[in-house]
Order: sequence, then C-alpha cells, then structure tokens
Amino acid sequence: MTTRLFGEPVQRREDARLVTGGGRYLDDLGAGALAAAFVRSPHAHARILDIDVSAALDVEGLVAIYTWEDLPGALAEPLPLLIPHPALTHGRTAYPLAKEIVRHVGEPVVMVVAPDRYLAEDACALIRVDYEILKPVVGIEEAAGGAHLVHEDVPGNVGAHLVQEVPGHGGVPAREAVDAAPHRLEFRLDIERSACTPLEGKGVYARWDADDGSLRIYSSTQTSTSVRMAIAAKLGLPLPKVEVVAPDVGGGFGVKIVHPWPEEILVPWAARLLNREVKWTEDRREHFVSSSHERGQVQRVRAGFDDDGRVLGLEVEILHDHGAYTPYGIIVPIITSTQLLGPYKVGAYRVEFSSLYTNTVQVTPYRGAGRPQGVFCMERTMDKIAAYLGKDRTEVRAANFIQPGEFPYDQGLMFQDGRPLIYDSGDYPEALRMLKELIGWDSFAEDKARAAAEGRRIGIGVGCYVEGTGVGPYEGGHVQITSDGRVHVSTGLTSQGQGHETVFAQIAATELGVPIEKVSVVTGDTRRFGYAVGTFASRAAVMSGNAIALACRKVREKALRIAAEALEADPRDLEITDGTVHVAGVPSASIPLATVAVLSNPLRYAFDEEARRATQFAGAGSDDRPPVAEGEEPGLEGRDYYSPVRSTFAAGMHAAIVETDPDTAEIRILRYAVVHDCGKLINPMIVEGQIHGGVAQGVGGALYEKMAYDEHGQLLNASFMDFLMPYATEVPHIETAHLETPSPLNPLGIKGAGEAGVIPVSAVIASAVEDAEGIAIDRMPISPSDLHHLRLER
Amino acid sequence: MKPPPFDYHGPVTLGEALDVLAEAGPDGKVLAGGQSLIPLLNMRLAAPAHIVDVNRVPGLDGIEAGQDGVRVGALARHAAVERSPEAAALPLLRQALRLVAHPVIRNRGTVVGSLVHADPSAEMPAVLALLGGSVRLAARGGEREVAAADFFTGPMESALRPGELAVSAFFPALPGRSGTAFHEVSRRHGDYAVAGVAAAVTLDEDLRVTAARVACVSVGPVPVVVDVTTACGPRPAGSAGWEAAAAAVRDRIEPEGDIHATADYRRHLTGVLAVRALRDAAAAAHGEEA
Amino acid sequence: MNETRHRVTLKVNGVVREATVPGRRLLSDCLRHDLGLTGTHVGCEHGVCGACTVLLDGEPVRSCLMFAVTADGHEITTVEGLARGDGEPSPVQRAFSECHALQCGFCTPGFLCAVTAFLRDNPAPSEEEALEAVSGNLCRCTGYQNILKAVHRAAEIQASEIQAAEIQAEEGGA
Ligand SMILES: Cc1cc2nc3c(=O)[nH]c(=O)nc-3n(C[C@H](O)[C@H](O)[C@H](O)COP(=O)(O)OP(=O)(O)OC[C@H]3O[C@@H](n4cnc5c(N)ncnc54)[C@H](O)[C@@H]3O)c2cc1C
Ligand code: FES
Ligand code: FES
Repeated sequence: MTTRLFGEPVQRREDARLVTGGGRYLDDLGAGALAAAFVRSPHAHARILDIDVSAALDVEGLVAIYTWEDLPGALAEPLPLLIPHPALTHGRTAYPLAKEIVRHVGEPVVMVVAPDRYLAEDACALIRVDYEILKPVVGIEEAAGGAHLVHEDVPGNVGAHLVQEVPGHGGVPAREAVDAAPHRLEFRLDIERSACTPLEGKGVYARWDADDGSLRIYSSTQTSTSVRMAIAAKLGLPLPKVEVVAPDVGGGFGVKIVHPWPEEILVPWAARLLNREVKWTEDRREHFVSSSHERGQVQRVRAGFDDDGRVLGLEVEILHDHGAYTPYGIIVPIITSTQLLGPYKVGAYRVEFSSLYTNTVQVTPYRGAGRPQGVFCMERTMDKIAAYLGKDRTEVRAANFIQPGEFPYDQGLMFQDGRPLIYDSGDYPEALRMLKELIGWDSFAEDKARAAAEGRRIGIGVGCYVEGTGVGPYEGGHVQITSDGRVHVSTGLTSQGQGHETVFAQIAATELGVPIEKVSVVTGDTRRFGYAVGTFASRAAVMSGNAIALACRKVREKALRIAAEALEADPRDLEITDGTVHVAGVPSASIPLATVAVLSNPLRYAFDEEARRATQFAGAGSDDRPPVAEGEEPGLEGRDYYSPVRSTFAAGMHAAIVETDPDTAEIRILRYAVVHDCGKLINPMIVEGQIHGGVAQGVGGALYEKMAYDEHGQLLNASFMDFLMPYATEVPHIETAHLETPSPLNPLGIKGAGEAGVIPVSAVIASAVEDAEGIAIDRMPISPSDLHHLRLER
Repeated sequence: MKPPPFDYHGPVTLGEALDVLAEAGPDGKVLAGGQSLIPLLNMRLAAPAHIVDVNRVPGLDGIEAGQDGVRVGALARHAAVERSPEAAALPLLRQALRLVAHPVIRNRGTVVGSLVHADPSAEMPAVLALLGGSVRLAARGGEREVAAADFFTGPMESALRPGELAVSAFFPALPGRSGTAFHEVSRRHGDYAVAGVAAAVTLDEDLRVTAARVACVSVGPVPVVVDVTTACGPRPAGSAGWEAAAAAVRDRIEPEGDIHATADYRRHLTGVLAVRALRDAAAAAHGEEA
Repeated sequence: MNETRHRVTLKVNGVVREATVPGRRLLSDCLRHDLGLTGTHVGCEHGVCGACTVLLDGEPVRSCLMFAVTADGHEITTVEGLARGDGEPSPVQRAFSECHALQCGFCTPGFLCAVTAFLRDNPAPSEEEALEAVSGNLCRCTGYQNILKAVHRAAEIQASEIQAAEIQAEEGGA
C-alpha cells in the first residue's frame, strides 16, 4: 500500500460544488412541484372542536386540504415509537396530523397543498380551527408535580423510570457508600433546553410514478434507508417500489435522525394521491416549534469521597423533560446516566431517572445527546469536591481516572445500544497532562493575580468526558471497480457536512492503492445501497469507514487473484500502486486495475475497446472451466458489513479561560483549549473542523441558547433573532492537540469524532466562571443577567 | 414564512409617492430599506393592503451637513451615513451606526426608516432624541417638522400619520467643546441592545461640565432622555459626578424584563453604561478642545 | 383572488434575466425558483442568518429582505457568478475550500458573497476587520475559525494574483 491517504489532511471533494452554488439541497430540487404547508397548533394543549376550511377554498390554484380524518389506514395511526425500551412504560407518539388533541404549539393539524408556498401559506391563514384550551404542563417541576396531565392516560406525566446501580466493593450499594464516605456533598444542577438548529431545516420532496407504481422521495434526513422502510410500511407499498435519497443536507446534528416526521409520510402520500410532485420545505419558525429540542434536565447529586477526592459513592437522580412525545424512546436520559461517569472510576454508583411529559416540543438527541448534561453533572461534582478539600481541580480528577493499564474497563452499566458499557482504550492521565500544558494551567494563578491587580476578573475551567461512539448495529459498504479503472463506493448512511465523500474516498484509495481522483462516493441513496442504520452517535467513520475498508479488502483480494492469473504470479507477491497491480519489485510485470476489471467480467457484447478483450471470442479464459468460476461472481466488486460487538470510546478534555466584567457581568471566553482522542485520525483537517463546530455549539449552549417557554407553553424565542445562535464574534479561537489511542475493536483503529466538541463546554465554562467569580455555577446556560443576579445573591 | 399578498406600488416621483400614500391611507405602508418591515411581513405579523416602495423616488438619499447640523434623507442607508464625510461632522452618528445590526443589514436599512420604525431598542431614535433633532414628514397637503420629543410616541409607534412619508431627519450639531459616546451591551454582537446609552457632554473654557445628557435604549417605551447636568457639574470633567449621574438615570428609566434580561439587570446596566458613555463623551469634548 | 404580477428585469451574474412575479415575491425566491439559481440559500427569512446574501450592484444584501420588484433594473451577483469567466474558482472560493471553511456548505454562498465584496473594498484586512466582515452570517457547522482563516487566505491569494498580473504586465510592456 503505497498510496498513503489515510491520516492526511486531504482537501474535501465535496467543496468544488458547494463553493460554486452547485450543491443540491432539498429545496433546490423539484422546480415546479406543488408546495405543502401546515396549519399548526397555536396552543400548547387543546382539544380540536372544529376545523373550517371554507375560506381557504378561494385561494388561487388551491390543490388540496387534508386533516386527520382524511388519512387512510396506517397513516391514521400514531407515528412509530422508534426505540422501545422496557422502562418506557408509557411511550407516546403523535399522529401525523393531530387527532382530537394537540399537545404542543406547532403540532401539525391541517395540511395544505397549493401551487407554491406563498399560496399554501395564504390558505393556512384562512383555515379556522376552533379549540377548547386545556391546561398546559410546562417545565420539569410542573410535570413532576403531576397536577395536570399531558396525556390523560399517563399518570404523573411519567413516561419512563429507570434505575441502574453499580454496587461498590463487596456489593455495597451507592447510598451506603455515600453515607459511609469521609466527606459528602449534595447539590442540584440544571440545564436548559437548546436545539440542533441546522442552517437548513427539514424538507421532503416526493415524485409518484403512476406507470411504474413507484415513489421516489428526497428527504433532508440522517437516515434514508429507514425513512424508506417507514414510508413503505405507512403507505402499504412494496419496499422495492420506494426509493429514498438524501441529497446534500445542510446540517443535521441529530434532529434529522428522527423519522418518519409527519411530513415525511404525508408528502409522499399526497404526491401519490394527487399524482403530482409535492414538496415541503420547513421554514425557520416551523423548525423551532415542530421539530425537536434537547438538553432540559434537573439533576440531583449526592457524592461521597475520601481525603484525596476519590469518589467512593455517587447517587444521581435525573428529571428529564422529554416534551410531548417520545418517538426516539429514552436514549437521551440513558446516555446521560451511563456516560456521566466519564473517565472516572466511581466506587459505587446509582442513577435513577424519570422521563416526564410536558406540553412542549418533543425531545430527541442533539449532538452530544445527553452527554453534556452528564458531563456537567460529573465535572461540577469534581470541582465541588476540589473546592471542599481545597485541592487543585485537576488533581481531584487525576485521582479518579481510570488508568491506561486498566482497559478494557467495564463500568458495569448497560449502554444505549443495550450492550455492556466497556471502554476499549484511552490514556486519560496523558490527555490531562497535555491539556494543562496547552492552556498553561499551572501558571494561571499568577495570570489571575496580575489581572486582579488591574481590576480584571479572569477564571480557568476544565472538563473531561468519554464518549461512546460508533454504536451498532451495523453499516455496509459497496465497492465496484469498473472497466475504466474508476472506483465507485457507496454506503447507506447519510452525510450532513462531515466530509464523508472525502474520508471514505481516502479509505478506499488507501485500501485499494488507487489515486483518490479515481474514487467516487455515494451516501444516503437507497438506490445504491439499501441497508443502513444512519448517521448519529459519531458513528459514520467507524461504521461505514470500516465497512468500506472491509469491502475494499474483498475487492482487492479478488483483483489480486485475477491479476495473478493473468501475470502468472503468486497473488501474495502482488501490490497495487496508482491503480496498477504489479509484482513487488518487478514494475514491468503489471496490469492496470481497469484491465483486471475487464477480465473479471466475461462478456458477450462489446461496447468499447476495453470490453472487447473480455468477450467470448477474444480468447481469454480456459475451455475447461466455466467463464465465471464456481464461487465467483462477475465483476470487480465487493460488499461487506461492519458490525462491532460494542462501541468505541473516544475521550477528550477541554479548558477555558474566561473574563467576567465586574460591572456589566458580561462573560467573554479569552482562550479555549481542546485535547482530543478519537483513535487513529483519518483526516486531521476534518476532525479539527468537527471539534471547532462542536465547541461553537457548546459555547452557544453555555452562554447564549435556550428555549424560552412561557407558562402557557408559548415558545417566546422561535426565531434566530431571539434564539441566540452564536456568530463568529461569540466563538473563541480554539486551540487543539490530538492524542491517538487506537481502538482495538476495529480494523482501522478509529473512534468517532462527530459530537466530541460540544460535550463538555457547559461544564468547562461553568467551572471557569465559578473560578473567576467565586460563586457556584449550578445552572446553565448563564447570561450576563443571570450572573448579575448571582452576584446580588452572594 | 412568506409575506401575505399586497398591492405593490413603485412610485418614481415624490408627488406620485404622496398620491399613492394618500389614497392608501391607513392601509398603506412605506417600504424603505425593508430590514424591519420585510421580516414582519415574512412572519405575517403585518399585512398592509398596499406597499409603497419609495426606493425609486429620486432625491431622497441626500446627506447634507450645515453649520447647525446634518440632514439625512429618507433613502440614505445606514452604511452611506456611516461612511459619509458630511455625517462625520457629528461623530455620534457613526458611533451609533456601528452598533446597528451587521454591515450587510446597514447596506439596505435606512436611518429614517429606523426612526419611523421607532423600536425602543434601536440606536438611531436615541441619537435623534439626545440631540433634540426632528423628522420632516410630507403628505399630499404639505410638510411638517416634528421634534424628536413628539415623534416617538410608544414602542414601534411614531407621530407619522397615514398618508405621510418621512422625507428626512435632522440631527442638530452640538455646541463647541462637546463630545459624544455610545455604549451598549447586546447579547450577540450586532443584536439589538439589552441596554445602551448615548451621551453628550459639553465643557466650558475651564473644562467644567456645563451640559450633560444621556439617551437610553431598551429601558422604556421610547428612548429615555435624561439631563444629568446638575448631577455632573459644574465640576471639571476629571472629577465630575458620573456615579451621581448614573444614579439619576437609574431613577428615571422604566425597564422591563424579557427573555434576555431582567428589569433589575437592565436598570443596573444602564447606570454602568451611563458612566462609561459620559466619561468617554467628556474625554471626547476635552479632546476637541486639546 | 388572482394577484397582480409585475415584470422584472434583472442582470444576474452578467446575464439579463426576466421574470413575472407578484409584488411579494422575495428576491431570494425569485433567484432560486423563478431563475433556477439555487446556489443562494435561505436559512431564516428574517434577516439574521445571512445565508441568502447576494450582491446588489456590488454591495452585499439579504435577498430574503428584498422584493424582487424592488431589484428590478439592478445587477445581482450570486454565488454562481463568483467564479471567473473561465470557470476557475475565485480566490475567495479557493480559500474556503483550502482552509476547510465549510462543512455542510449551506451557509457558504452567503459568506462567499459577503467576503468577496469585503475584500474588494479592503484587500488587506486586520483580524478585527475580517471578523466584523463575517459577523452577520451564521454557520452552525464550522465554529467560524476556518472561515476567518479563509478570509485572510483569500486576501493573500488575491494579492499574489494582482502581483503576478502586474509582473506580467510589466514584462509584456518591456
Ligand atoms: C438581523 C437584523 C438586526 C438588526 N439589528 C438592529 C439593531 O441592532 N439596531 C437597530 O436600530 N436596528 C436593527 N435592525 C433594523 C434595521 O436597522 C432597519 O434597517 C431599520 O430598523 C429600519 O429601516 P428600513 O429602512 O429598513 O425600514 P423598513 O423596514 O423599510 O421600514 C420600517 C418601518 O418604517 C416605515 N418607514 C420606513 N421608512 C419610512 C419613511 N421614509 N416614511 C414613512 N415610513 C417609513 C415602514 O413603513 C415600516 O413600518 C436590524 C435588522 C435586522 C434584519
Ligand atoms: S435567509 Fe436571509 S438572512 Fe437568513
Ligand atoms: S457549513 Fe454548515 S452551516 Fe456553515
């Protein structure tokens, strides 16, 4: 393998089209398609009494109006509960169009189809829906109180309740371990809601081919294969008659893994019914009120520890706000409760969560998926222990670290994939050493004193995390080398800007020994690859990357076998360089992969010179054997799957220096440092980019973003004007360093990197603000107004 | 988010514009830069029957400086005023415009549009109020000049009557040995301010404060102007009673809480910003003298 | 309820284009759906994200905050028109891909247009000026660091091209 592309900062192949306006995002497709728009509930909780569409009928060119009553068969049933769990005793999902009751502002009630979006919105505005307003449940506390119910048949608003306990030595339960510890602390931590808010909203565009009885759907999704199955099931179509393509997707961050969205089945249904192309492009306001949010949690902690700060017992009780519905199950609180432990060994651990319904937008994973809350919990605990003992905060962390010699390390819990939480590899002490050096931890006290002498307040904070990445069950890859020497790679999962076209091409080029220019990659198109799970949980590189590598290895083996025959050499003596198979050390004894591809496919018909060589009268092959040998298949292609026993565990540590204005209480991040370990790096440039983007989202969550619901369940900041997604002026320069502890679990030694950046940021900023101010920071995000009031309460 | 339907009018003379506006009456809306009106339309928070786009009316984009001040035409964009050598005569214009939204918004948004829009969080109304300027309103029947104090009548409400077009605004010059400054805190750079203070300070020959005024944004239904001369002076700028002035300001304002800040924080912050703005304004006045 | 339509003539990326649209048609929609130039993206339709930024007579503006009729008779440059006549990407486009200044690419056209105009007026910006220039555009993917890097890199490429052109002109003259 001389074509070393793995590990190189190869420039992205998707950029050429994206910087010239040549990208094809959902709303760029389907010129002339009819437009769908929705009447959405203006109330958080109400009973639909009457829907009067008469005034809308005059709208120019109006095509159709649908309510729940129009929906046939499976469409009229609630949307699927995607990830059932025994603890989710009261899982509830919405109807595609509300039936009788609406449970959050933004829930779709009526669907309109019109010639364009302007007219569709005109019709929506003219439709009158009469509601009987019911008492809304807003906020975790109110939900837990249970005085009013979101779903009549869910007592106490409790959708799920789960306890996991890992006893300490000798089976000591966590409660006893805490009680018996030399020191104890008890506190409450709050995190507010935020959301993925990709710059491109969701969208669906469907074409029905009446002659063929088939549907082609384009969706801005993180999982086209699964959307396809959902549509086929809901519309009662044979799977082969449904194709789903994820075009260029303008960011996902988790929200587009949820499926099928109501629109994802309603739009194809209408397209078939009307025999017209129909498209729905979500607008920004719709995205705020009718997709998903995440993060809102209240966490109560009891920690018992010794004089060195070692945690002997930890009890955590979590109240999770999962909004009105649970289509994605309880993945988020499960991840919080399991990943909370981070890089630490805890004597005994008990975690209990209640997942509560509220009359707000549903909660499903947002990049980090429950980890930011868990890390906030654990890292605040570490800081509080350090403060209590008067120790350096990094020293307390080091005292609790799992040591490099202790891998694989079993945390004794069940992870989000239903498998044991066993860490594969890591070197936490080294990561911390690197971080302290990068940020200048040990000399910060002097900087702080100097700043104080000038009347400035600065503080430093730190946060560590471990992230289970590359969760199963599987992904696949298909690789085909055609007779022009080109390599066509496809995988079922989708891309939303992670650079998969580049990264997967790097893997294929490296594995096959071909120039990267010869490789093309297709993702998320069920026409090319029908089996996949999707892009989430930092799993794409690990899962599809390894699957593609395995598929390449199959193809390579076959290519070598065929070439060996042609060159009359031993396949073991062959190498592939620059797209040519040759005998190691004998460059003259060679055959281009293109020719191997020709030889691999015995032909009857010739279309070009290359193909002519493989036709039946060309004299290739032996008369005694079938043209396609037993056990072989024609063509130079291979398909393989990667299905790991367990997840890989990436890790990282962040530190920040912040300055707080003594008068205005403004908070500014002066420096931000990241040490990151995601195993072997396929493309360091892309991994850095993922970290930058993650940290920026983390900064948003720590200092700017929240979902401001009033007591009526109205989202007060459903726009980019008031939902404060950071601009360039709010995001600090990020300094990074990489540690590469390969994963022993997969052929490439890689771990996931997609979510890492965002995970510890709230914990780190809280730690730094606390250091600057000397005030406990137990609620995030924190605004200048919040800090001002904390100062007053001091 | 698409605007509701309306009748579009694109007059090419002032007279035509005034005719159309007169006919449309309360159902008509002027479209200038569109940077406030179009978001409202896109969100269907406004649904005027007639939109009168004045962007083709000639002669409305003037920026003229005289001894007594600067007159800004209805189509003078924020960016043009910010860069204009005429407007440089009044540094406060540039100090404030820097804080208005982002450069790209300033390429379209107009100063006069900002005034008519009368957002209590906006900077330009505070500037007009601080300087005691005025807005010239034209209608088919004739023109009138309305003083800032009478122009801003409530949040998003101005003295503009149906059928009227604001043709220009006048920002009076300050006496010699005056300085100005604008300080604000916004959540993100370019956002509307959580609180903000524009200040103007005039010194006498001995560099004592003879006049000091502030205008505060986001702390009342309209820009709140407070004369703090007595609190500050007549003392040398170096030892002026800025804190006393800030206390006076805190007393006068009526902030409200919202999702970005509590009323108490706004009150506190306005005081802090008043001190900063007054101090910088005095330094600028001093600098002018030097 | 038939809406009045207006005939609009725009010079887009150097080509005269015509469309017949209702008064409320946003310039962004006109470019994307009437003229088929889908490179200009829409991320909010209330002026905050900047994805829809195009050049109007050379100056960057939000195309979601302008009616197509208002733009009648004006020149528009969109991301599709930034490359050179021969299709060679512009210095700003090259710098964005060199510096990995885009991930999903949805915000990118807006940044490219804003930065192109900015560097034309300010070919050698300071850190602060570069930051201000991109401060009105949202990106959810990149964290902006590489975008800022790309602004400076584009300035560099632009400068070296101008220098090369001057040398060539000199040699040609000699
Ligand atoms: C993202 C974003 C951020 C912003 N941030 C700020 C900020 O921080 N500070 C700030 O001050 N502004 C901000 N703005 C608003 C911007 O300054 C607007 O340009 C300004 O408020 C209105 O000017 P305009 O010319 O665009 O007016 P338009 O939007 O065209 O009109 C606004 C209103 O004024 C009326 N009007 C306008 N001109 C006239 C006239 N000549 N005669 C009669 N009526 C008229 C219109 O009918 C309409 O009711 C922001 C805008 C956006 C989109
Ligand atoms: S779409 Fe125009 S600014 Fe967001
Ligand atoms: S690259 Fe995705 S929003 Fe900027």
